[in-house]
Amino acid sequence: MTQSNSELVRPGVSGGLADVVRARFLLKLLVRKELKVRYRGSVLGILWSYVKPGVQFVVFYVALGVFLGLEQSPTNKSGLPNYAIYLFSGIVLINFFTEALGNASRSIVGNGGLIKKIYLPRQLFPVASVWVSAVHFFPQLLILLVACLFSGWHPSLLQVAAAVVGFIIVALLATGLGLLFGAANVYFRDSENFVDMLLMVATWASPVMYSWTMVQAKLGEAWFFIYQLNPITVAVETFHYAFWLPTTDGSAGIPPNLLSIWIPVAVVISAAVLLWGQLTFRRLEGRFAQEL
Amino acid sequence: MTTAIEVKGINKQFVLRRSRSIKEAFVWLIQGRKGDLSEKFHALKGVDLEVKQGETVALLGFNGSGKSTLLKHISGVMIPDSGTVRTRGRVAGLIEVGAGFHHDLSGRDNVFLNGAILGMTEDQINERFQSIVDFAEIGQFIDTEVKFYSSGMYLRLAFSVAVHTDPEVFLVDEILAVGDEPFQKKCIAKIQELAAEGKTLVVVSHDLDLVSRICSRGVLLDHGEVRFDGPIDDAVTKMRGQ
Repeated sequence: MTQSNSELVRPGVSGGLADVVRARFLLKLLVRKELKVRYRGSVLGILWSYVKPGVQFVVFYVALGVFLGLEQSPTNKSGLPNYAIYLFSGIVLINFFTEALGNASRSIVGNGGLIKKIYLPRQLFPVASVWVSAVHFFPQLLILLVACLFSGWHPSLLQVAAAVVGFIIVALLATGLGLLFGAANVYFRDSENFVDMLLMVATWASPVMYSWTMVQAKLGEAWFFIYQLNPITVAVETFHYAFWLPTTDGSAGIPPNLLSIWIPVAVVISAAVLLWGQLTFRRLEGRFAQEL
Repeated sequence: MTTAIEVKGINKQFVLRRSRSIKEAFVWLIQGRKGDLSEKFHALKGVDLEVKQGETVALLGFNGSGKSTLLKHISGVMIPDSGTVRTRGRVAGLIEVGAGFHHDLSGRDNVFLNGAILGMTEDQINERFQSIVDFAEIGQFIDTEVKFYSSGMYLRLAFSVAVHTDPEVFLVDEILAVGDEPFQKKCIAKIQELAAEGKTLVVVSHDLDLVSRICSRGVLLDHGEVRFDGPIDDAVTKMRGQ
């Protein structure tokens, strides 16, 4: 029978990200759907999630490491030791960010058919996109770990913890920007193109391919400070600190104050971006149904 | 009787955008926001509606009269510009059946996905799964991807999931033309059964004979305003007379 003891409530009022936690069963199904549908009809299936970063890695390694001399070798003393690990640990993280933000920005428009007809917490879609990217990220991380172990990896607990925080920084940032650009994309489709551009810059604006010392040497302290404000830069540095540094003799070093200042700063910036994205999303979502 | 749906003086304007480009918006901004960038369309004008629990209400009106827009406000998909909408209990829409279906998933996956989208919990879906499949008459095709379904099978499964969500308030928008005639009869019987169980129903349909069989009250909308609100037969007569 019907419940008559419940209160009259206003429909369609969103509780923000708290709704996502409440609808976690639906989130789970949406993630599972994405994973099933992504590589439908392809022979390699989910293997594409390995092949693409694998090829990307080889191209960058040969071009930058070998041709441009970033790899340290007996004839090239100034390069980075174990450049392959250095490069790959950055690439996996930046790939996670690229995929998460790219898909999250398109998720609202992509699910427009549903959003127009049925009320459900719309934050689910960007969050599900980030989640799916995380699922694709972990197998790559596994490959990185195997490569690290072969290179004599001996991390400390602190280094592993730093990598976890680095991952969280990127996940928060991708969710925040994904909510922001996903909502903006409903009104201006320019948003997704802007994100594509942003992602291209993001790959090069953090020390994925090159060393942070080069930035410091060329730009000087003041600009290096600004460079370090980018949470992705800090997150990539934590991955280098966790995966690459323990495979070398440790002489290369990490940026000064990484653990004491920069990691907390990056966490705060990412959380602020998430809050901003969330507030913008809530302000804009009321008119999604009519704008899509 | 308690109120199930309370709509108080809601207004809704749609912005008919001439352009979506940033360039135009920018030019408009630096010219000091002169003129209106967009035209407005008044979809709902001060609509009041109160539906008691267990009532069966038909929203009638010609295309563009604001019926579906009103339904979307009740379901929460749209938020009114002014006025308030309040509902009691869970509201589920049989609005455009199959909106949440994904072609590349099997029937089984789609039942779970769509059930969850319509607000069912995992346990509820597990419990009602067999009943959903039986009602849809899908049988062994449940593990086939829905893109291989005939359009009738597709609609039957979607309708079946929707009627099994068991909410307090049902919103039904033009979906009574589902499948072949036997199934259509089954759907209508199911909807009448829900009404008999004391569920609140709000139906939008152009099939006047059908709504007068299902509903007891008719609300006639015209250009976003309520023109008539009363017994279904009077509403239908008025609608036909227009």
